[in-house]
Amino acid sequence: MQEFSFGQLSFLTGELVLALSVGELLLIGVFMKKRGVSIVRYASIAVLLIFAFSGFILNGTGSAFNGAFISDDFSQYVKALIGVTAAITLWFSRDWFKRENLDQYEYSILMIFAVLGMGIMVSSGNLLTMYVGLEMQALALYVMAAFNRDSLRASEAGLKYFVLGALSSGMLLYGMSLIYGFTGTLSFAQIASVLSGQESVNAGIVAGLVFMLAGLAFKISAAPFHMWTPDVYEGAPTPVTAFFAGAPKLAALALITRLITGPFAEIQHSWVQVLVVLAVMSMIIGAFGALTQTNIKRLMGYSSIANMGYALVALASVGAAAGGAAGVSGMLIFMSIYLVTVVGVFAVILQMRTRDGALESIADLAGLSKSNLPLSLTMTALMFSLAGIPIFIGIFGKWSALAPAFDAGLTWLVVIALLSSVVGAFYYLRIIKTIWFDDQAHTFVQAPRSLTFISSASALLLFPILFLPFIAAPARALIEAASASLF
Amino acid sequence: MSIGLEIGLAHYLVVAAMLFTIGVFGIFVNRKNVIIIMMSIELILLAVNINFVAFSAHMGDISGQVFAMFILTVAAAEAAIGLAILVVYFRNRGNIAVEDINMMKG
Repeated sequence: MQEFSFGQLSFLTGELVLALSVGELLLIGVFMKKRGVSIVRYASIAVLLIFAFSGFILNGTGSAFNGAFISDDFSQYVKALIGVTAAITLWFSRDWFKRENLDQYEYSILMIFAVLGMGIMVSSGNLLTMYVGLEMQALALYVMAAFNRDSLRASEAGLKYFVLGALSSGMLLYGMSLIYGFTGTLSFAQIASVLSGQESVNAGIVAGLVFMLAGLAFKISAAPFHMWTPDVYEGAPTPVTAFFAGAPKLAALALITRLITGPFAEIQHSWVQVLVVLAVMSMIIGAFGALTQTNIKRLMGYSSIANMGYALVALASVGAAAGGAAGVSGMLIFMSIYLVTVVGVFAVILQMRTRDGALESIADLAGLSKSNLPLSLTMTALMFSLAGIPIFIGIFGKWSALAPAFDAGLTWLVVIALLSSVVGAFYYLRIIKTIWFDDQAHTFVQAPRSLTFISSASALLLFPILFLPFIAAPARALIEAASASLF
Repeated sequence: MSIGLEIGLAHYLVVAAMLFTIGVFGIFVNRKNVIIIMMSIELILLAVNINFVAFSAHMGDISGQVFAMFILTVAAAEAAIGLAILVVYFRNRGNIAVEDINMMKG
C-alpha cells in the first residue's frame, strides 16, 4: 500500500482545475443569466487550455492513489491534444449557437465535464478509474448530442447514442468483471504481473478482454460497432459533431493503447486478431459507406470510421512487433494530424450558411470557388490532405500509421488500408470537383472571423508549416517520449 | 443435510451470464418501446453487479463490492439522463415506438 500524501495531487492538477472550476462556472451561468453565457464560454476555454498545458508545465510524472491515476508523458501529450481541440471547438461553436438561438452556458459546462472524463480515462491505472472516467465522458456526450432539444433529429441522435453507448458500457463492464474475477485484482499493474506469471491464458480472461475491446470499439466507432456514428454525426448540432469527431476518439484510442501496452501486454496474441478484424472492417465499411452519402456531416462520420481503422492498424502493430513503441507513436502522429484536419473541415462546414439557415448537403458546396475563393482553397487543401495527396501532410499521417504495421509483417493489412484509402480518395475528390467545376448553388453569408481563422490556420498547417523543422522536431520528440513512456 | 446442491461461484456466474444475454437480446429483438430498452440496459448493469459481488465474495476481496456500488451510482445517473433524452424525443416525435426512430438512415 502506498500512503496517501497531498503531494500526489500534483499529478492530477489539470483534472483538479477542471473539477474545481466547473462548479464556479455553473454558478456564474445560473446567476448571471444571459450575460453569463459568454463569460462562462471564455472562462471555460481558458480552463481547458490550462488543463491542456498543466501536464507540460508541472512536468510531474508518477502515480497517485495506489496507482489508480497515472501521469506520464503519454497522458500529458494526449491530454494536451484533447484540451486544445476541445477549447478550439468550444471557441468556434459560438456563432452557430447564437444564430440557432441555442446559446446557453450549459454547453461549456458539459464540455468541461466531458474533457474531465477524458482526462481520467487517459490517466487511468485501474479498472475502476477507467470506468468512472469513461462514464463521465459518455454521460456528458449523450446530453451534448441532444443539446438542440427542439429538433427531432438532434433528440433522435441523442437517443440512439444513449442506447448504443449504454450497451457498450454494459459490455465493457461485463468484460471488466471477468477480468477482475479471473485475475483477482482491479489494478492494471497487478493484472499485468498476474498474466505474466501464467503459462496459458485462461479462457475467462480472453473473453473479458474481447468484451472490453468491443465496448471500447463502440466509443471509437470502429466497425462492426459503428452503427450509431453516421446518425449521431448527422443529427447532432454541427459544433457538437465537430467535437465528437476529435477529442473523444483520441481519448478512447489512448485508453486502448494503455490497456494493450499495460495490463494485457503479455497476451498480445489474444488481442492482435481482435484489433486486426476491427481495423479491416472499419476501413472497408468507412470507405464504401461514404460513397453514396449526400450529407457532408454523415460523410465525415463514415470518414472517421475509416480513419479509426488506420489508427487501429498502427495499434495492431504494437502487439506484432518487437518493442511496439513505433506503433504507438505512429498512432499518435496519425491522430494529431487527423485532429488538425477534422477541426478545419468542421470549421468549413460551420461556414456553410445562407440567410435561410445552415446547410449540410454536399451539393450546397457547388460552385463555391466562384463566390468564395479562400474558403474553396481551404476546403480543397483539407480534402487533399484527407485523401492522402502528397505535399499535404495527410499522407505523412497515413504513412506513420501504416509503416509500423508493414515492419511488423502485417503486409496484407497495409494493402487493405491502401486500397480502402484509394476508394476513400474518390469521395474526397468528389467534394473538390463539386466546389470547383459545378454551377454555383449558393452564396454563403459572411462567416465570423473565428471560423475563417480556424479553417485557414488548419489548412496552412497541413500544407507547408507542419514540416518546418522548428515545429516538426519538438512535436516528434514529444510523441516519441510519450510512446516510450508506456514501455 | 447436503443434497448436492451447494450454490457456488459457477451458479452465480451462470445467472449473471443469462441476465446479460437477456438484456442484450432485449435491446436488439425488442421492436416495441424504448422504455423496454432502458429496462434491458439496467438488466445488463445488474448482471455485471452479480458477477462482481460473486467474485468479490468468492475471493474475499472487497474491491469488487466497491466497484458494484460505483456501478449502481453510475446506473442511476445514466437512467436519469436516458429518460430525460427520451422525454425530449417524445415531445418532438409524439411517440416512442422503436420502429419510428428512423428519421436518419443510410
